[in-house]
Amino acid sequence: MELYMSLAIGILFAVGVYQILSKSLLRIILGTNLLTHGVHLLLLTMSRLKTGAAPLLGEEASSYVDPVPQALILTSIVISFGVTSFFFVLAYKAYQRLGTDNMEELRGKDDE
Amino acid sequence: MSLLHIAVLAPFIVALGVMLLRKPLSRIHAGWAVLPVPVILFAYFLGRIPTIQGGEPQHVRAAWIPSLGIDITLYLDGLSLIFALLISGIGSLVVLYSIFYMDRTKEAVQRFYVYLLLFMGAMLGVVLSDNLLVLYGFWELTSISSFLLIAFWHHRDRSRYGALKSMLITVFGGLAMLAGFIVLYVMTGTFSIREIVASIRTITGEPLFLPAMILILLGAFTKSAQFPFHIWLPDAMEAPTPVSAYLHSATMVKAGIYLVARFSPVFAGHSWWFWIITITGLTTLMYASLRAIKQTDLKALLAFSTVSQLGLIMSLLGLGSAAAYFGAGPDSVIYAKATTAAIFHLMNHAIFKGALFMVVGIVDHETGTRDLRKLGGLLNLMPITFTVALIGAFSMAGLPPFNGFLSKEMFFTAVLQASQMNFWDAETWGILIPVVAWTASVFTFLYSMILVFKTFTGKYQPEKLEKKPHEAPIGMLIPPVVLASLAIIFGLFPNLLSYSLIEPAMTAIHPALLEPGDTFHVKIEMWHGWTTEIFMTIGIIVIGSLLYKLHGSVGVLNQALTKNFTLNRLYDRGLRALEGGGKSITSTYMTGSVRHYVIYIFAFFILALGGGLLLIGDIHFGGSGSYAPISFYEAVAIIALVIPVLVLPFVRTRLMAIILTGAAGYMVTLFFVLFRAPDLALTQMIVETVSVMLFLLCFYHLPKLKREKVPMGLKWRNLLISAGVGVVVTLIALAASTGRSFDSIADFFIKESYPSAGGKNIVNVILVDFRGFDTLLEIMVLGIASLGIYALIRVDLGEQLLGQRDPYQEVYLPSRNDVILRTVSKVVIFIVVTFSWYLFSAGHNEPGGGFIGGLMTAAALVLLSMAFGMDVTRNVIPVQFRKVTAMGLLIALLTGIGSLVLGVPFLSHAFGHFDLPLLGDTELATAVLFDLGVYLAVVGVTMTIINSIGRDQ
Repeated sequence: MELYMSLAIGILFAVGVYQILSKSLLRIILGTNLLTHGVHLLLLTMSRLKTGAAPLLGEEASSYVDPVPQALILTSIVISFGVTSFFFVLAYKAYQRLGTDNMEELRGKDDE
Repeated sequence: MSLLHIAVLAPFIVALGVMLLRKPLSRIHAGWAVLPVPVILFAYFLGRIPTIQGGEPQHVRAAWIPSLGIDITLYLDGLSLIFALLISGIGSLVVLYSIFYMDRTKEAVQRFYVYLLLFMGAMLGVVLSDNLLVLYGFWELTSISSFLLIAFWHHRDRSRYGALKSMLITVFGGLAMLAGFIVLYVMTGTFSIREIVASIRTITGEPLFLPAMILILLGAFTKSAQFPFHIWLPDAMEAPTPVSAYLHSATMVKAGIYLVARFSPVFAGHSWWFWIITITGLTTLMYASLRAIKQTDLKALLAFSTVSQLGLIMSLLGLGSAAAYFGAGPDSVIYAKATTAAIFHLMNHAIFKGALFMVVGIVDHETGTRDLRKLGGLLNLMPITFTVALIGAFSMAGLPPFNGFLSKEMFFTAVLQASQMNFWDAETWGILIPVVAWTASVFTFLYSMILVFKTFTGKYQPEKLEKKPHEAPIGMLIPPVVLASLAIIFGLFPNLLSYSLIEPAMTAIHPALLEPGDTFHVKIEMWHGWTTEIFMTIGIIVIGSLLYKLHGSVGVLNQALTKNFTLNRLYDRGLRALEGGGKSITSTYMTGSVRHYVIYIFAFFILALGGGLLLIGDIHFGGSGSYAPISFYEAVAIIALVIPVLVLPFVRTRLMAIILTGAAGYMVTLFFVLFRAPDLALTQMIVETVSVMLFLLCFYHLPKLKREKVPMGLKWRNLLISAGVGVVVTLIALAASTGRSFDSIADFFIKESYPSAGGKNIVNVILVDFRGFDTLLEIMVLGIASLGIYALIRVDLGEQLLGQRDPYQEVYLPSRNDVILRTVSKVVIFIVVTFSWYLFSAGHNEPGGGFIGGLMTAAALVLLSMAFGMDVTRNVIPVQFRKVTAMGLLIALLTGIGSLVLGVPFLSHAFGHFDLPLLGDTELATAVLFDLGVYLAVVGVTMTIINSIGRDQ
């Protein structure tokens, strides 16, 4: 399972990066979204998959999966929601003000 | 900490005081408050003379960084004492002079004295430090304070230019010197000068000996304005004149002389040391005296004269080092006279040059100009100033009976002796040394005469002057008069100095020449018969006077040497080339395009991580049997995840792109379920729902996706980078999941979750208890993000970057009359909200918790807004969600602080079992309170975001 998951994660990352390298702001935002998913699955995969029951002591299992990455991912999901929203509003506002969402045209000025 | 340490610290402390007491000091001239510092220091150092003269250097240590061998060890011997006296003595006079020179109503005098004190302390530090790194620190501090003082009138271009130039050149030298110190450390294993001197026998033959010497000399030559590094000193004359008198003639520029003298015990006796210093010194002496006679600005003339005199002292130190060739014995004494002359002239120069600078300051102050072409005939108007100028200039020219005459005679003795040298290949060129020295002395005589007679005699031209000149106020006259008197006193009674100061200083510079217990005997006499030296002086007076007559009419004497090539131009061009070159190199990669920067980051990622994996050879492709099994359904799920992702780059519509991303997100939720992570699955599901909605809210107002016309080359580059990242990440995932090099900390959490924190949902316990601090900061970040969004949308920053404004400024939530949605949602909302509360309260033991509960509640509210419109939501729930966020953060924070009140670390939680009515045995934990904070913060944040973006029509 880890092998196939690793491949899927690789694809998530590759497409995410490809989207980030495009010109359109919308695509860039979606790309970061894919990267986030990739990172979450990567964290889970790194801790080995399906090694026990869900990390709830009520299950009274003999072994549990690693709860640490889960805690990490939980905070990450919420944070990335905040960041994506912020990014989105930034893109929207930039487009509204500058009339473009093309990264090539959103370059900084020379004197900065 | 000793009295000596306090002496070094005192100027810094008073500087701090001047800064802090800005208000009370503004009523008097701050100089009066500062003046006691150098006066007391001078008295203190005078009091040290008997001890030092008795051959007992003082040596005190205060530990600073003992582990690195860096202590603030101060060392007061004859050499440091002379410098300390110069710094405090001239310092006192300069401060007194500046009180009258700097108008407190017009100038920022407090700032001036802060810089001046900074310099005074730093300079004392330089001459008293025994530890090389401490010395280096103080050394750079003198450069910085010099920079600040030159740029004191920073509104002038010339001041800033001069300040920058001096800084660049002296700091360059300082860094070279630091390198030299480190090389010395490598050879000897110590930073202490005394210990290095003690280990001199072992390092002389080392291959690094010469590099260390040259690096240290670079520091000395740049600081003491030796050719060709002298170019900063004339530009430093932009500083207020008291600063020029103090830093740029009497003290700071002599730091290089000090360094050479201080390191003489280490390097003297080496032919390179002799030749480099002698030749540099003589070249500087000659070149600068030639330049000085061509100046029309009085301060520029003095600047070149200072450079020239520094060259003279430097060359004397070089000549004196020949004594070390012989070691202890009668032969060495003849050569050591050069060193005596150097020390003597060092003091003489400080005295007469200090007086001359003050005179020029007075002339400038009273007439408003320093231009020799406008000045003249001031003799009758300023008789006292003239007298001082005359004494100073005659002393500089080397005329009897002033102190300059004595040291000039000793200089001639030294150069004549050097022409007799028959070692270190001096036989052939040695004869040139007295020739150069004599010629330069003629020029010295000439510019001294120009200085005094062109200013004070000749035709008075009141029409060219801005002010009507008259004699300076008494306070401004006292310091130069004191210095001029010293020039006479030391001229007539030089042995006042020789016993008390010069002999101990000689011991410090030439320790190897003495038999144990012996001391130097220095006797300076005004008259020693009809010697060659006296004829040389007479020759100077004759030829010099002749040249003075010719000066106005002969072009060679008053025109620039060359017009096209000067060292200054070389410096300016070099600086411009560096700036331009740096800019053009930087602009090749700092393109201003964020995409390029992202590419650098990813390329580095691939190289660093991929390369790292290759290096440690940790690349696996499965094969080990320990992988978890994969079922058919799971395989299908993976394919279902990958397909929308792969299709994404090819779709052309915004809606489709958003839906595909959402699909990937929901598939990730499924994987969380498969991988036994119920909390994650719940969170991801709600977040995905809310964010897809957010996307849909926003996307309408973004432009349609255009078909990107990317050149093939760039497309391949992007593809390559993306594929590289994908491959590296896959390899990392495989490498990480194949084996562990250490045990997971998971076991600790699994074991301790219930006994220590009273919770059965380990993930939740980690979030609110074990790692509660992280969570606290995380919700703060969320709060900041939501406020950022609110500000972006709602706060108009005023300035419109582009004229055309989108008529649809806001994003509107659709509020269609959808009966089915409304009817269903009326029921569903209550169920969802109730469920969210259940999730929240069960969170400590079952899947759920503050994050999930909060998101769920927010989702219900979003549904309400979707169905009935924002206004309805606002009427039904009349709260400001920003305040909800704040309340949540506050609760979480207070929970943490509460544990502080009880005397346990921040964010400690307690729990217990209580027998409550109705509920029976219930477990209550303070962690739940913290989780409530998280819950409220998440609700507040999410709703602030949605409310900011969506708005009713």
